[in-house]
Amino acid sequence: MSWITKTFTSSIGRKIIMSLTGLFLCTFLVVHLIGNLQLFKHDQGAAFNTYSHFMGTNPVIRTIEWGLVLGFGFHIFEAWALTRRNKAARTQGYAQWHAEKNSEWTSRNMGILGTIILIFLLVHLYNFFWRARFGGLPKVGGANPEVRDLDNLYLAVVDSFHVWWYVLLYVLAQISLGYHLWHGFRSGFQTLGLNHRKYTPLIKYVGYAFAVVVSAGFASMPLYFFLFTNPQGEIAANAPSLLHTIASAF
Amino acid sequence: MAGSNPNAKPMNLTLNVWRQPNRTAPGKIVEYHVKDISPDMSFLEMLDVLNEDLLHAGQDPVAFDHDCREGICGSCDLFINGRSHGPEKGTTTCQLHMRKFSDGDTITIEPWRASAFPVNKDLSVDRSAFDRIIQAGGYVSVNTGGAPDGNEIPIPKEISDRAFEAATCISCGACVAACKNASAMLFVSAKVSQLALLPQGQPERKTRVENMVAQMDKEGFGACSNIGSCAAECPVGISLENIAILNREFLAAKATSNNLA
Repeated sequence: MSWITKTFTSSIGRKIIMSLTGLFLCTFLVVHLIGNLQLFKHDQGAAFNTYSHFMGTNPVIRTIEWGLVLGFGFHIFEAWALTRRNKAARTQGYAQWHAEKNSEWTSRNMGILGTIILIFLLVHLYNFFWRARFGGLPKVGGANPEVRDLDNLYLAVVDSFHVWWYVLLYVLAQISLGYHLWHGFRSGFQTLGLNHRKYTPLIKYVGYAFAVVVSAGFASMPLYFFLFTNPQGEIAANAPSLLHTIASAF
Repeated sequence: MAGSNPNAKPMNLTLNVWRQPNRTAPGKIVEYHVKDISPDMSFLEMLDVLNEDLLHAGQDPVAFDHDCREGICGSCDLFINGRSHGPEKGTTTCQLHMRKFSDGDTITIEPWRASAFPVNKDLSVDRSAFDRIIQAGGYVSVNTGGAPDGNEIPIPKEISDRAFEAATCISCGACVAACKNASAMLFVSAKVSQLALLPQGQPERKTRVENMVAQMDKEGFGACSNIGSCAAECPVGISLENIAILNREFLAAKATSNNLA
């Protein structure tokens, strides 16, 4: 093995890949969340469909998309490889084990949380990405020449978010994501050796805020559509205006 | 007895102890009862009482590791009621006193559990994996000849304090035992950062971290998930900051050392 493969198959090397891909995926979450705020524009999906058309066809985005695939791929693969190593490091378990007295639940259950997120991701990709990219979506139609020839992903979102078990899956996955980020964000910095008594407390609380904002932001989408839109995607009059106000800022 | 509490009542306890005749034989939890345990006894003295009883009954006493019984040597290593060195924070098993328990308690006592720490017998484990990690790089080169003047090498107070904090590690293995992944990162990081901080550690700085991490992996310890159980259970309070130092020392060494192997 060369020094490069030795480095990245060592325990610390694998953790470094986990951390770099994890933090990269955090930047993806920010972009994805801000982009999806278009759903709250109260324009029958015109802005959202324009945005999804751009994301599906722009060559720069399509190139970065491969980075995203690699980011997810390595993050998942390294998680598997590290879990295997860690399980082998203790084959005989304890009769009594009180880790709850010395550590947070979320930090000990990143694998379970990640697996829930992975299951969600596969369903999510099939439902939206696959249909948007490989057909199966109707055109928007109507009178507006700017949007009538675009695929109507907005309607697919509206349809999906009127299925109760689908909404439930989304909300559960976002709670898992929130806990995953609660530990993962600051853990990523620690693994890269970025620990300093001046900045580590800041990183910790930014991480907590990031976890809450991202998971609540994503979870708000299925809930909002389930509760406040009709099957045609029209917004009810009693829908809270906060999300619309936030979306209008972008 | 000086310092003893005259009002403390003797305790009767139930002990669930891991018994295993040797490295290869399977072990199991065996229940014992000990009577009239003074709350002023240390945990190990309580086990001495148990062993006396077992010897009088013609049974095999429980093997457990201990040496100084002053919290300095790092020999004692019991996993008590699901925690390294028991319920009290910042304490080795020998410094844990029976007053932390109550009359009638059931106490579960197990050896450190890690593939890299095989059980010798009962509660005694083989921690020579730690010795091999230290042999791989936990040393400094020293010139022969006359002893240098102690004040000749300037070391800022803050740096020497941090190095000393890391140097307080007694290599007991509580970090490995408490870690969900049986990772030795806190132990390795204490040794690496202690020497990386000091000028005396500079000549081997890169090879040290490379070799010690390689040995750690070879011994079969797990990887760190930044859970923090290790630091919380460490009897001498080695902090997680050391693991961050280890990570960046490793990354810097791998990126810049001349070692292509």
